[in-house]
Amino acid sequence: MRSRFLKIEEKLVTLTLLTASTISVLITFGILFSILFEAIEFFELRSFSYFITGAEWSPGIENSRFGALPIFSGTFIITIIAMLVAVPIGLGSAIFMSEYASYKLRNRVKPILEMLAGIPTVVYGFFAAITIAPLIVDIAQSVGLEASFNSALASGIVMGIMITPVISSLSDDVIRAVPNSQRKASLALGMTSSETILSIVIPSAMPGIISAILLGLSKALGETMIVVMAAGLRPNLTLNPLEDMTTVTVRIVDALSGDQSFNSPETLSAFALGLILFFVTLSINIVSVIMIKKFKEKYKVNTL
Amino acid sequence: MKKSENPFYDLSLKKRHAKTKRFKLFTYSSLLFSLAFLLFFIVDIGIKAFPALNQAYVYIDVTYSEKSMRSPRAAIDRKYKKIVSRAYLREIPKHIEQNPSLLYTTVKKWVLADDQVDQYLKGHYSKLKAKDKVFVDELKKSEILQLKFNKTFFSNGDSKVPEFAGILSSMIGTILTLIVTMLFAFPIGVMTAIYLEEFSKDNLKTQIIEININNLAAIPSILFGLLGLAIFINTFGMPRSSALVGGLTLALMTLPIIIVSSRAALRGVPNSIRQAGFAVGLTKVQVVAGHVLPLAFPGIMTGSIIGLAQALGETAPLIIIGMIAFIPDNPTSILDAATVLPAQIFTWAGMPERAYIEKTAAAIMVLLSILILLNSTAIYLRKKYEVKW
Repeated sequence: MRSRFLKIEEKLVTLTLLTASTISVLITFGILFSILFEAIEFFELRSFSYFITGAEWSPGIENSRFGALPIFSGTFIITIIAMLVAVPIGLGSAIFMSEYASYKLRNRVKPILEMLAGIPTVVYGFFAAITIAPLIVDIAQSVGLEASFNSALASGIVMGIMITPVISSLSDDVIRAVPNSQRKASLALGMTSSETILSIVIPSAMPGIISAILLGLSKALGETMIVVMAAGLRPNLTLNPLEDMTTVTVRIVDALSGDQSFNSPETLSAFALGLILFFVTLSINIVSVIMIKKFKEKYKVNTL
Repeated sequence: MKKSENPFYDLSLKKRHAKTKRFKLFTYSSLLFSLAFLLFFIVDIGIKAFPALNQAYVYIDVTYSEKSMRSPRAAIDRKYKKIVSRAYLREIPKHIEQNPSLLYTTVKKWVLADDQVDQYLKGHYSKLKAKDKVFVDELKKSEILQLKFNKTFFSNGDSKVPEFAGILSSMIGTILTLIVTMLFAFPIGVMTAIYLEEFSKDNLKTQIIEININNLAAIPSILFGLLGLAIFINTFGMPRSSALVGGLTLALMTLPIIIVSSRAALRGVPNSIRQAGFAVGLTKVQVVAGHVLPLAFPGIMTGSIIGLAQALGETAPLIIIGMIAFIPDNPTSILDAATVLPAQIFTWAGMPERAYIEKTAAAIMVLLSILILLNSTAIYLRKKYEVKW
């Protein structure tokens, strides 16, 4: 009698736990479908090919046009600036922590560096808008250039700082996972420490480092608050980082915080942009996961 | 033997050593740069937030009469018209309503001053006219006008008048939202972790769930806002801007963090515990509920607090679901329109008045302190209950 009760209990508990774990799957599909359906509705109103290739984004007027090219280019340029800041600094810090720093120093510095990742992005946004942007305007003025107060450079730099710990933390783990025998072999052949690092350790750790960089990239693409507060609203097709630019996330926020009706193309355009963002970040993430898996298999590490 | 005579001497060695030094310097300086930035950042925000600690108050007579019920300006001497905060005057009828015994009395007390007076006293740009500035200087000399600790900032909700704005309503909104988040994310996250670690077999179903959780952690937060808007608000008809919708949206984002850390905690419990349980005839449910889970609990708590800290700092999805509304009064239930501290920071950062800059920075300091408190609690718990098997 009691054992039958226990069996039923076991089944019930397993079922409950399984239901709970399927919720995470439901969420992913919930995100995908909620965005997809609204995006399809948008593409019924406006053409998909113009959305991808058109250069004019003019919501809110009669005959509004939705060409997202300047938005994509703005996102791209701000992300590039962020990566130009984050990759050298992140990798440099990672190499210092894993190759040069003592165990004690590393254990002290790493949590401090990770504090940078824990600061809410709205705080970075405020900092970019109030401190960095005016600073860039002043510096540009002193060399005779004109910079916008919503320059892509300000948000790009601050965003780069924000993703530095993402890159450095994972790269540090990966570089440390490279077997010591490789370093010793190289040093025994008379290579200097920097030659060992640059031509032996880093190439070995490459898949993991690329994975870390991709993770940072997808974070930069999806970052919202910094660009909402510090970058511009105006879609602007230019390569000049001192001008104002807008990004996919800024336009999503702008489209949804206005008071247009929910079924207007202005509001629905946010979902079309969201769909693109979803697929781009998802594919970057998948590549990143594959890369790190390759690295793990090559060196048989389980700690990453 | 001279170096030049040594057949094994590498002529480029000097260059190579210089390069090594340069490389080491580069890695060192990049680390230093990050740390310097962090320091610069905190000092900069701290300097901006410091003035908000104090607020200008003026010591004057307030007359509570029927006339001042109708037009609050009559409650104070005319010459202080430009000194006293308008928002404070507007509150005077409310004070009388709440405390009728005040009527027909005159009380001398410290009254909140206008933000322009406040900014002038703090040495910032102020729109006060020259003769008003002279008057303010006089008042300051006779110590009728003083900078006192800014209680208003902690006891008031949002306001369109800078000197009257505070963080109380957004703090309460934050607490309500995070309660909803944890009520939803904690049980589901822990149950998922238990299923994946203890009950599942390594089959396709499990793999799909695992890949999903990984992807969920990488989806940009703003897309969770789109989900909240399309499903919670438009499909289920939950009230816009409410702590309920905000809490649920944040719960979806916190879920992967809780799952990953709970799984790590469960994995840390050695197998011998489970085997001992099975050996004395316990069922799997009994082993997990009675032995594995209690041992893994500190680790699960640590992960959940870290997840909570992340949810606390999140803004983007909450903007999408409308939690940036102007909320002067404290929300009383999770269905009321509410705002959270990061969203309050966002709205204040967009205000044109200069006085809001210090308020924004002060709110940031409050937010960062709570985050540091949460994270140190997590570290403390981990250190205290960490078991070395």
